[in-house]
Amino acid sequence: MAEEMTLEDVKRHVKTYLFVFASLAVLTVVTVLVSYLSMPFVPALLVALLIATLKATLVALYFMHLINERQVILWVLLLTGIFLIAMFILFIGAYADQEAITSVSKWFVSSYVA
Amino acid sequence: MQIPYEVTARPDTGVNNAKLGIWLFLASEIMLFGGLFAAYVFLRIGADAWPGMMIYGTETMAQRADQILNVPLATLNTIILIGSSVTMVLAWAALKMDRFDRYRLYMGLTILLALAFLVVKGFEYGDKFDHHWYASTNNFLGIYFVLTGLHAIHVTGGIIVNAYFWGPGAKLWKRGTPRDQAHFTNRIEIAGLYWHFVDLVWIFLFPMIYLI
Repeated sequence: MAEEMTLEDVKRHVKTYLFVFASLAVLTVVTVLVSYLSMPFVPALLVALLIATLKATLVALYFMHLINERQVILWVLLLTGIFLIAMFILFIGAYADQEAITSVSKWFVSSYVA
Repeated sequence: MQIPYEVTARPDTGVNNAKLGIWLFLASEIMLFGGLFAAYVFLRIGADAWPGMMIYGTETMAQRADQILNVPLATLNTIILIGSSVTMVLAWAALKMDRFDRYRLYMGLTILLALAFLVVKGFEYGDKFDHHWYASTNNFLGIYFVLTGLHAIHVTGGIIVNAYFWGPGAKLWKRGTPRDQAHFTNRIEIAGLYWHFVDLVWIFLFPMIYLI
């Protein structure tokens, strides 16, 4: 953690950890129950992602102490998030525009390989 | 040679080197698992049917992952892993409160829960192998085994590190000097950050693979 904690701080945090654990357990059960509603794919995906993100936020903020972490760590994570999104866009873009990928790869092969 | 800023914060970053180091490592882990999640999305949006053709005696088209995977077992594993995350953070808090006996208890529970996770995973894999379903069967099982397998390797790594700190590594605390105890507490916080990350990956993996 960024700041040095007193004994009282730690005791208070223990209660928070137990509350977070209970919340995570409840959210896990909710995720499973929602999956049995047989919703169409897109809403089911969005709900599952929303709950998973909520759970991940709880873990990151409280168990990993990001809630009061130094800025340098948050910058590292922000940069990682940007790279992660860029990677997803590359994958999805490649799928969405396979014709362009094919023409680029043909150009590459004819220019540098053949 | 004395390594600087192991426990005390560097003036320029505001955090100690161990913490910055583990976060940089976790950033690389995010990209590793992110790449595989992207591969999962790529395979899934390109598939005519998901999970696709399976053999249950005869060839059958599986329309939902829960026809193949055991959701109740995976739910149990999710609760187990979340439980191990809370015991890990409680182990660290026990050291902060100077309660080594409590630390041993919570760290021991963390290790036992992690082992329970792997046992349940073993049953799950065993069931797939009994059906002759392997990573080579189809894309669904391919990405399932790669993602859950890589995650299980991470769990195993966490167990080894945590077991070391439960046993021989705890000598550092027992030396009794405030400096050594601060170092040990810091090591548990760093090990905890890794362990919570393993939990965090599963939080996304569980609904994506098993429920959607």
